[in-house]
Amino acid sequence: MYVFLSLAAVISIFPFLWMIVSATNKSIDVTQGRLLPGAELFENLRKVFDTVDLVPALLNSAQISITTTILAMLIASLAGYGFEIYRSKAKDIVFSILLLSMMIPFAALMVPLYRMFGSISRTMPFIGIDTISSVILPTVTTAFLIFFFRQSTKMFPRDMLEAGRIDGLSELGVFFRIYVPTMKTTYAAAAIITFMSSWNNYLWPLVVLQSPEKRTVPLLISNLGSSYSPDYGVIMTVILIATLPTAIVFFLMQKHFVAGMTGSVK
Amino acid sequence: MNLKAKTNTISWSFVAIAIVMICLFYFYPMIQALIMSFQSGTGTNLDFVGIDNYKRLLSDSTFITALKNTFIYLIIQVPIMILLAMFISVLLNDKNLKLKGFFRTAIFLPAVTSLVAYSVIFKYLFGPDGLINTMLIKLHIVNAPIEWITDPFWAKITIIIAITWRWTGYNMIFYLSALQNIDSSIYEAARIDGASAFRQFRSITVPLLKPIILFTSITSTIGTLQLFDEVMNITKGGPGNATMTLSQYIYNLSFKYTPDFGYAATVSYAIVILIVIFSVLQFKLAGDKNA
Repeated sequence: MYVFLSLAAVISIFPFLWMIVSATNKSIDVTQGRLLPGAELFENLRKVFDTVDLVPALLNSAQISITTTILAMLIASLAGYGFEIYRSKAKDIVFSILLLSMMIPFAALMVPLYRMFGSISRTMPFIGIDTISSVILPTVTTAFLIFFFRQSTKMFPRDMLEAGRIDGLSELGVFFRIYVPTMKTTYAAAAIITFMSSWNNYLWPLVVLQSPEKRTVPLLISNLGSSYSPDYGVIMTVILIATLPTAIVFFLMQKHFVAGMTGSVK
Repeated sequence: MNLKAKTNTISWSFVAIAIVMICLFYFYPMIQALIMSFQSGTGTNLDFVGIDNYKRLLSDSTFITALKNTFIYLIIQVPIMILLAMFISVLLNDKNLKLKGFFRTAIFLPAVTSLVAYSVIFKYLFGPDGLINTMLIKLHIVNAPIEWITDPFWAKITIIIAITWRWTGYNMIFYLSALQNIDSSIYEAARIDGASAFRQFRSITVPLLKPIILFTSITSTIGTLQLFDEVMNITKGGPGNATMTLSQYIYNLSFKYTPDFGYAATVSYAIVILIVIFSVLQFKLAGDKNA
């Protein structure tokens, strides 16, 4: 039992260790299979900042992921709350239709979305192809998140709503003053999974972001990875820096992360 | 009456943005894709061609290769991963296990990496003079480096290893959270009745985990049918089209070759149909065992 679990743990961690070790070694040492930490980390870092546009990519990714997360929280929690608190037959039907969107593969949406943003570009270039908005808009609303908030709302004590109404709050006031502050952990879990998937999103940004200065981190890494004479030390340093934000979020908020993932199946 | 109408309007306004966004960015494009699948032409000049695209699909060797590859990934990788995830979670659920937190975090860790980042790392690890080959040669397991990326057979194995590494821990978490909800007194009762460990697993654990097995196999199937990031960044679909997936073929048809959006939409409907078939099949399968 311990042998098996240790083996599984080693296999799981090994690529991370190799990435960290390789970030401290010269490219030639990496290709020769060196597994000991070297002294090249600062040299690699210097090369990263001199030769790779990592900072702009990090800023682009941060801007996209943070905006997506904030908007997604707002849209999905309003909807999840609305579908559960103001339940009606009509809304239940609409809700199950929305859930069908979870079955749609992104590959099927990619081409029509690309054409859609292409035609938007002609009249409103600021939200058309090659803009941050074009990355955010199609990915910000997911049926999964609405479902997640609806499930969590089932646990929300309704007496609190009544109390708010009696105190003279409007329906929207009840939502923002009472519901949002009480559901902090739900928001935390939802925000983490949204941020992660936005930070790591690859296919749609690849399609829609065309100029190099608009590149997000995954596009940058993919680009470096397909170069013909890769500097392994530098690339591993870039991947290490790019993985840090998600790794930190994960270690700080492991509980919320797991709650966010499994909350949907319960 | 007036007040009721007003409350009704307010209640709908809560869900309105979400409905508009999902219609605009999911359902409307799906209808567009359906229309486009009956059209052909380069770029934006599309003409109506009836079911020609669907006929072309059946005789398109790249499509058939991509379909075959996707099925190979599906049939081999998904069951291995799900069994592995279930097995690990049962081990981790043992009350007497030490270092539980460490094992769980370590095995889950791959699930927080970006698909592109881990794909690039795997590409280098499995490269011709990559670490895996160096180690295999040093340990005298093989004499010559294995062509993990450039041989049609081994390239598929590399992709399967990579996906299994990335997603086993992710699926394990679902099993683990379900196992923690199983009342341990059921097992005690079974033990008193003299049920073996295997019998307990088969007659208690598996039936109770059935919803999770269904959930993970459906999400994994949908994920595999949409496989793109790994293949794009490890093998680029090669050698030849040996690791090409349907999603990558759609990408190539639209953005790499001379764009043929109409035909790309037709291929994408093939994925939609497969997802529907597999989901219905898996629900049926789970339902039958219940009876």
